[in-house]
Amino acid sequence: MSTLLEVSGVSVSFDGFKAINNLSFEIGPAELRAIIGPNGAGKTTFMDIVTGKTRPDEGDVLWGEKSRSLLKMNESQIAQAGIGRKFQRPTVFEDQSVFDNLLMALKKDRAPWKVLFYRETAEDRARVGELAEEIGLADQIGRKAGELSHGQKQWLEIGMLLAQEPRLLLVDEPAAGMTLAEREHTTDLLKQAARTRAVIVVEHDMEFVRRLDCRVTVLHEGSVLAEGSLDFVTKNQQVIDVYLGR
Amino acid sequence: MRILLAALTFLCLVATAGAQDIAADGPAATPLQSLLKEHRAAIEQGARRGIGPAIEALRDSGLPEARLILEKWQARELWLRKADGLFFLAESAEGGYRLTDPATGEAAGSATRDEVIQIRPNSGIRAVLAGALVQFQLTDPNPAVRAAALDAIARRSEAGHLDALRAVLEDEPDPRLKARKARLERLLTISFDPDPDARIAAIEGFAGDIGVDVRAALNPLVATTRAVAPGEPPAGENIARRLSPGSEALPREAAYAMLVEAGLAPPRIGRAEIRAALAAHVEGGRVGGVPVAELNSDAARERAYAGLAAAGLVPAHLTEAGIDAALAAHAFYDRYAEADPRVTEAAADALAAIALMVGVNQMADLALDALSLASIYFLAAIGLAITFGVMRVINMAHGEFIMMGAYTGYVVQQFIPDYTISILVALPLAFAITFGAGVAMERLVIRWLYNRPLETLLATFGISIALQQLAKNIFGTQARPLTSPAWLDGSLVINDVVSISYIRIAIFVLALMFLGLFLFIMRRTRLGLEVRAVTQNPRMAASMGINPDRINMLTFGLGSGIAGVAGVAIGLYAKVTSELGQDYIVQSFMTVVVGGVGNIWGTLLGATLIGFLQKGIEWFNPSNTLAAQTYMILFIILFIQFRPRGIIALKGRAAGD
Amino acid sequence: MRQSFVAKNPSVLVFLACLGLFTLGVSVLSEGMGIGLISTSFVKTLGKTLCLCLVAIAMDLVWGYAGILSLGHFAFFGLGGYMIGMWLMYARTEGIVAASLSNAEIPPTPDELRSAIANQIFGVVGSSDFPAIWVFAHSLPLQLALVVLVPGLLALVFGWLAFRSRVTGVYLSILTQAMTLALALYLFQNDSGLRGNNGLSGLQNIPGAEGVPQSVISVWFLWASAAALGLGYVIAAFVVSGKFGSVIRGIRDDEARVRFLGYSVEGYKLFVFTLTAVIAGIAGALYYPQAGIINPKEIAPIASIYLAVWVAIGGRGRLYGAVIGAALVSLLSTWFTGGRVPDLPLGFYTVSWVDWWQVLLGLSFVLVTLFAPKGIGGLFDLVAGRRAPDRHGADLGPDPGALREKEAER
Repeated sequence: MSTLLEVSGVSVSFDGFKAINNLSFEIGPAELRAIIGPNGAGKTTFMDIVTGKTRPDEGDVLWGEKSRSLLKMNESQIAQAGIGRKFQRPTVFEDQSVFDNLLMALKKDRAPWKVLFYRETAEDRARVGELAEEIGLADQIGRKAGELSHGQKQWLEIGMLLAQEPRLLLVDEPAAGMTLAEREHTTDLLKQAARTRAVIVVEHDMEFVRRLDCRVTVLHEGSVLAEGSLDFVTKNQQVIDVYLGR
Repeated sequence: MRILLAALTFLCLVATAGAQDIAADGPAATPLQSLLKEHRAAIEQGARRGIGPAIEALRDSGLPEARLILEKWQARELWLRKADGLFFLAESAEGGYRLTDPATGEAAGSATRDEVIQIRPNSGIRAVLAGALVQFQLTDPNPAVRAAALDAIARRSEAGHLDALRAVLEDEPDPRLKARKARLERLLTISFDPDPDARIAAIEGFAGDIGVDVRAALNPLVATTRAVAPGEPPAGENIARRLSPGSEALPREAAYAMLVEAGLAPPRIGRAEIRAALAAHVEGGRVGGVPVAELNSDAARERAYAGLAAAGLVPAHLTEAGIDAALAAHAFYDRYAEADPRVTEAAADALAAIALMVGVNQMADLALDALSLASIYFLAAIGLAITFGVMRVINMAHGEFIMMGAYTGYVVQQFIPDYTISILVALPLAFAITFGAGVAMERLVIRWLYNRPLETLLATFGISIALQQLAKNIFGTQARPLTSPAWLDGSLVINDVVSISYIRIAIFVLALMFLGLFLFIMRRTRLGLEVRAVTQNPRMAASMGINPDRINMLTFGLGSGIAGVAGVAIGLYAKVTSELGQDYIVQSFMTVVVGGVGNIWGTLLGATLIGFLQKGIEWFNPSNTLAAQTYMILFIILFIQFRPRGIIALKGRAAGD
Repeated sequence: MRQSFVAKNPSVLVFLACLGLFTLGVSVLSEGMGIGLISTSFVKTLGKTLCLCLVAIAMDLVWGYAGILSLGHFAFFGLGGYMIGMWLMYARTEGIVAASLSNAEIPPTPDELRSAIANQIFGVVGSSDFPAIWVFAHSLPLQLALVVLVPGLLALVFGWLAFRSRVTGVYLSILTQAMTLALALYLFQNDSGLRGNNGLSGLQNIPGAEGVPQSVISVWFLWASAAALGLGYVIAAFVVSGKFGSVIRGIRDDEARVRFLGYSVEGYKLFVFTLTAVIAGIAGALYYPQAGIINPKEIAPIASIYLAVWVAIGGRGRLYGAVIGAALVSLLSTWFTGGRVPDLPLGFYTVSWVDWWQVLLGLSFVLVTLFAPKGIGGLFDLVAGRRAPDRHGADLGPDPGALREKEAER
């Protein structure tokens, strides 16, 4: 299996605190992976590094078949290269309609000049409609995103991610604050997405991870503690120590 | 040694002469009178030109009365009796004057108005008299008189003073005066000693001395005048340097102008002259064969002029080659006024050494200036650093709080005339008033706009323009004085180059006090702890029982109060107007931004950087403070490119990325 | 395509119609072209107001839509004025000098002509040479190009530096203010080449139109200003209507999110910043020939802050709001500070509006910011029955420029 993303020996520290310590990680082109770990394990910082928000002090992040280093690219270039990110709290453009939100995310030329003279085609409208259908917001398409419920915003954000057609999806605690039914829907969405692309889910909730039914990486103090199936890692003594306390 | 011998001989002569005086009888016989009589014509005539020998003779006579006579002469109290040509001191009496013999102080009868003439020296002669009197004053028992004499010599020195100074140097009892005398003697040696070696020795002794007096003595030695001579410069000239025409030091045009001025070459015919000549020779719409309408180019004008020259109406146009030949045939050079090359060389060397020392001292002076500017910026910015740095609230009305503080100082002085007390009252009062204003503003406006920094910026700007106009309505547009106490007047003079005014020192001390106060409040008090807690995590702080509203209110009040105190300090040396605050607001923001938000040391560094930068740029281009400010702002804009979060930046998640 | 743009922005047609009616009405009532009910100086005031509305639109684009509170757009406005002023002053002085030299016995050479013009223009700052920046001043087309190029390039360079290093929020505001201050201080110098604090004057005299009375010229400029405003409004509406508008509003509310969508936020900001600087420059180039004089005081940072005030009072994030705010506040300011408003006796104190208008403006601005973030534009929402969403005080995004709850529409 070839690798899509390879993080090797990455470290970063904030004011002396090592948030990520010699972390190495790999994921293939069509794989669902959950990352779990206690608070402060470096999960969010890991995502920040991959998406270009934080520059690591050392190590390298390589991307795609040509193994391009992501460290030389900025956030928007990384996003254009095919890495989509969903934040912990739903971040959609609340003053704009669901349609506008999705349209903005559609994979199109992002240069200002092209965007200025862009007018949506019937094809684009159809694609947005499709996506809205997929995330269950077809009947909300004209509403302002700010008016949606918490769960609907999460889905809209996932829909925007799908519209970007990324090759790697980074999803930060997608199930936080959702009802049971919403969780199931979310699980389906993620599993569906992982058939054609790589998906990394950062999650606290073991039940949700179990439902995802995938390989799990456990982070602790900025480096990988264990990796394998959920059952495998939950039997690992170190993992138990970390989660239950010594 | 030789000088000493001469002095001894002189003293002996005087002693014998003095012995004879007492033996003589009557005013006519005194040596004084005979001396005066000898120079009667010059004294009576009172012309500046011929008076020199008379005064010198009196001065050098060694007579004990010489000083008195010179003083009385200078004071217009010397009278001449026409009948016998004797001089007397006189005072008005019935029917004329009562005369006193100057030598003995005895009464010498009286005279009617017509019998005597008052000697009225003009100002020029009085100055010469003063110069001559210096010699006597140098040995006066009163040290103040001696010091005054030294001052007089330093102001206008002449060759005669040198010997006088040397004569009295050894006998000076006061060590400070003695040092001054010795220094003055060396300065005079440079200017007047006939012996070049002595001069060179004196010059070399002053190497590295940055006194203004030394530079004043040395500079005339190396002063040059520009000269031109046919062929080679005449021998015996002390030439500073040769100049070649067409170089940067001597442009070709200027060189030729020198030739013309020295009468060594015919004047050049410039464009203006050509134009005037053409205008004078218009005949029937043509000049020199060229139609007037075509004369709108230089080439056509040259042609027309050539035509006129060919007709003999105007002098021929000088060719460039002719000019070159004329220039080549002459030598251009700068020559020293001082003839001795060894002296000029020594003076130039000494001046170079002095220039280096002056440069070093100027740097020190500049550093002091920069430091005081930095403390002003720090003082103006520290309140802002609290409100902007700690609370992330931008207060455009900060400058107006500074203004309010300054006006408080002004108003207090209207009620308390003693400046010292009024400043002592004004400082806490300004703090109280601006603290109140700050709290009111926080309660009424800012707390509704937390997390909306841009709206806060605009709302506080609204308050700023309202306050500014209010101040204008109350106090008028003209500047109001805020006078500093007398003990803050003047400056601390370290040497002729380095000095700093006491007000600036006071502001520096005040800035240090505020730094200390801020550190104390933030690190040692409950309030500081709570402020830091609220800054870092308001929600967590609230859940620990801290009331963030109260903390914000107090922090804002504190920042505003410090602005008010800064206003009093700034008002002491700047004019108090309604626009006072505006002048500091941008610099204050720059200070905080450059230093790094949320860190008092950053503010300190920012103020230092900006203060030194501004003074440094002003040093490069001292005539243009506007340009200095422009370049400083440009530098800051570029600086922020490289350190967007300031010198001391918060890192990591706390920075609020 | 075109239809959808108008259909999406019905306000554009309404605005253009109002503007057209206004211009026509003023022309008919003017001294120069109509029945003379409106004095020439007031026609000029109205023409200038239209230019201020145009620069307010630029400000609204950059602040109301893209969330960049620029305190430098009046500097661009002033630069535009300086650029056109250079030609106006040069060409007019050239005419005067040529006329005076034509009486001389000998016709002047081009060099003499040029130095006579330079002497005339720069005599006040003790110079008689043309500074290098006047090299194009003889040519109207080149100088017109500079009206666009100089503010545009300055904005491009400054914006590139600022946005590249991710300076945002109040930092950016202060930085733009510093830029404005630097420019103003530079222009205050006598050797800046633009006549120091004397500025450029006599700009109301249009070379080549010496025979035309000012009353007619004022109407010409009114038309030109109205045309520029109309065009500017359409361009601005076009920019904010489509996907581009979505993106810049996204940048205003949540810049990081836009970046993670793959848009280069810096490029968009730079585009908007530069475009609006150009619009501001054009507005300035139309304003100052009507004002007659431009000097560095016009560029001082406070002018740019007032611009933000106008937009805020009119209601940011809506183009007609900016126009209304600029027109209303600047006309009211002229009225109040012109001393023609009767004093208000309070018994114990008589309020003279010349003195108290600034206080009133400052306080009302605070009130608008606190209680009516929608500004005057909010009145239209009352009429249209649009309401703000109930978000329990939450803003629509995490960025400092994001819309506030009360500013948004449901």
